[in-house]
Amino acid sequence: MVTKEEVEKLSELARISIKKEESDSFIKDFGAILDYVGELNSLTLPSELSDVKMSLHNVFREDKDPTPSGTWTKKITDAFPEKEGNALVVKQIISHD
Amino acid sequence: MIKRNELSIKESARALRSGEITVRELWDACFEEANNRNSELKAYLELFATEDEAIMSAQRRIDKEGDMAPLLCGIPVALKDNILIEGKIASAASKMLGNYIATYDATVTEKLKDAGALFLGRTNMDEFAMGSSTEHSAYGATKNPHDTNRVPGGSSGGSATAVSAHMAIASIGTDTGGSIRQPAAHTGLVGLKPTYGAVSRHGLIAMGSSLDQAGPLTKTVEDAEIIFKTIRGNDPLDSTTLPSDVYKEEEPPEKLRIGVPRDLLDKGVDSDLLNVFNKTLKALVAEGNTIVDVELPSSKFALPAYYVIMPAEVSSNLSRFDGIRYGLASRGKTLLDDYLLSRSEGFGTETRRRILLGTFVLSAGYIDDYYHKAQATRSLLRSEYQKVFKEVDVIAFPTTPSPAFRFGEKSDSVSMYLEDVFTVTANLTGMPALSVPMGSVDRDGSNLPVGMHFTAPHKKESLLFSVGKDVEVVRSVGN
Repeated sequence: MVTKEEVEKLSELARISIKKEESDSFIKDFGAILDYVGELNSLTLPSELSDVKMSLHNVFREDKDPTPSGTWTKKITDAFPEKEGNALVVKQIISHD
Repeated sequence: MIKRNELSIKESARALRSGEITVRELWDACFEEANNRNSELKAYLELFATEDEAIMSAQRRIDKEGDMAPLLCGIPVALKDNILIEGKIASAASKMLGNYIATYDATVTEKLKDAGALFLGRTNMDEFAMGSSTEHSAYGATKNPHDTNRVPGGSSGGSATAVSAHMAIASIGTDTGGSIRQPAAHTGLVGLKPTYGAVSRHGLIAMGSSLDQAGPLTKTVEDAEIIFKTIRGNDPLDSTTLPSDVYKEEEPPEKLRIGVPRDLLDKGVDSDLLNVFNKTLKALVAEGNTIVDVELPSSKFALPAYYVIMPAEVSSNLSRFDGIRYGLASRGKTLLDDYLLSRSEGFGTETRRRILLGTFVLSAGYIDDYYHKAQATRSLLRSEYQKVFKEVDVIAFPTTPSPAFRFGEKSDSVSMYLEDVFTVTANLTGMPALSVPMGSVDRDGSNLPVGMHFTAPHKKESLLFSVGKDVEVVRSVGN
């Protein structure tokens, strides 16, 4: 079960606000989903799997042939909500008062 | 005579080469049907009206190259709205990306363009591919052409309805937990989720990166094979793609050993649907295939494990949408307000629910109980399947536990999630899987198609195509 406080904490972490009227249904749904995925607790893993690192490996490519500067600039800056020249306009983060 | 838009890829390609029809006529037939029916069915979020240059160029290529031209040359297909086409909107059916214009082609898009395929439009889907009914689209739900009171499945519901209603010759969807196969089953189509890494994910709007694959929704198994062979391949822009030499040209055995995990079908499966499934199995045996009883004891943990891993990856992938650089940009007093407002207004309920769920299973104190346990379950499932594949060539299930449901019928999350109970395992194990129509069941006077689902070992799509074609044969005899 999750509490209202926990859901509020998660929404803060995820940068998502939940409307007051949605809050109850979110908590209810969450409880049902967590009960369901909680079935995993009844699974005993064979010992050779319990500390398994999935059989994964990293794939790297050589760091070469960079895209010529400016290739994507216009397309990307066109998508900016607000800009000055090629610069993205955002709010001031540190204030002086 | 069969209408042009009702042709398969193979039939269209033949007719285009013989000069029986032109690329323009084929395009117009699909486009007209799409235009006429879209307000009713909502398969497309947008139809592309100005493809004249591509149409003419495909015709020139067919005239010049004849049989040497790719089979997809001049074929109008539909792309799911989470696959990037340069210069077109790719919104993932979300308000968050309603104004986002793709700056590049997905590798899938590029490969289809190279083959001369034409794009009719972008198809509706559950927002960010999260859902099993297309009801979670921010732009209205797609309807099932077999019964418009029912869902087409999801999340690739628009791609399914577009082909099923002959508004496209074929389409491309994406599949994270069943999002190609389940809508294919509900609309009477063939749907393939390729082996993880067979098809590049570059330029797909990511949902669950360790699970996502793009694949075809088509009228025939042969068509699915044509598209699969066109879009697969190693891609330097997706490091998870398989090396190009792993697919060997090999003939699948003529008769297949089909594994059936009987104890998983005992409960929760619609009895009419199970009858069609059993009848189809019998017919496959009559064709010389063998049925083998198999056990996959950890299967019941697949869906719970999926609903841990998928939201975890969703919460990470969707953290990039912050209202700052592109997409919906709501503005408040502070920078934090900008994030909160954009993400809260931009994402629908199901998307927000999964982001929070993912944040939860990854948070300190819970990550071992949930995320790490789910990852280990994934390895267990993989080894169980690998063991069974020593005895059988493919494993068969029904694709879905029941036929297409009515709008609003699955209003609580868990009952909607159970739609994917048979399909998610293939995403967790990375194995290829195919849904192929096996017949239909009657519901309230509607004939609703149902699908048979096959899983094969990694890189063995050829076995799926082989058994899928067998099902097509026995189905046509059975009817």
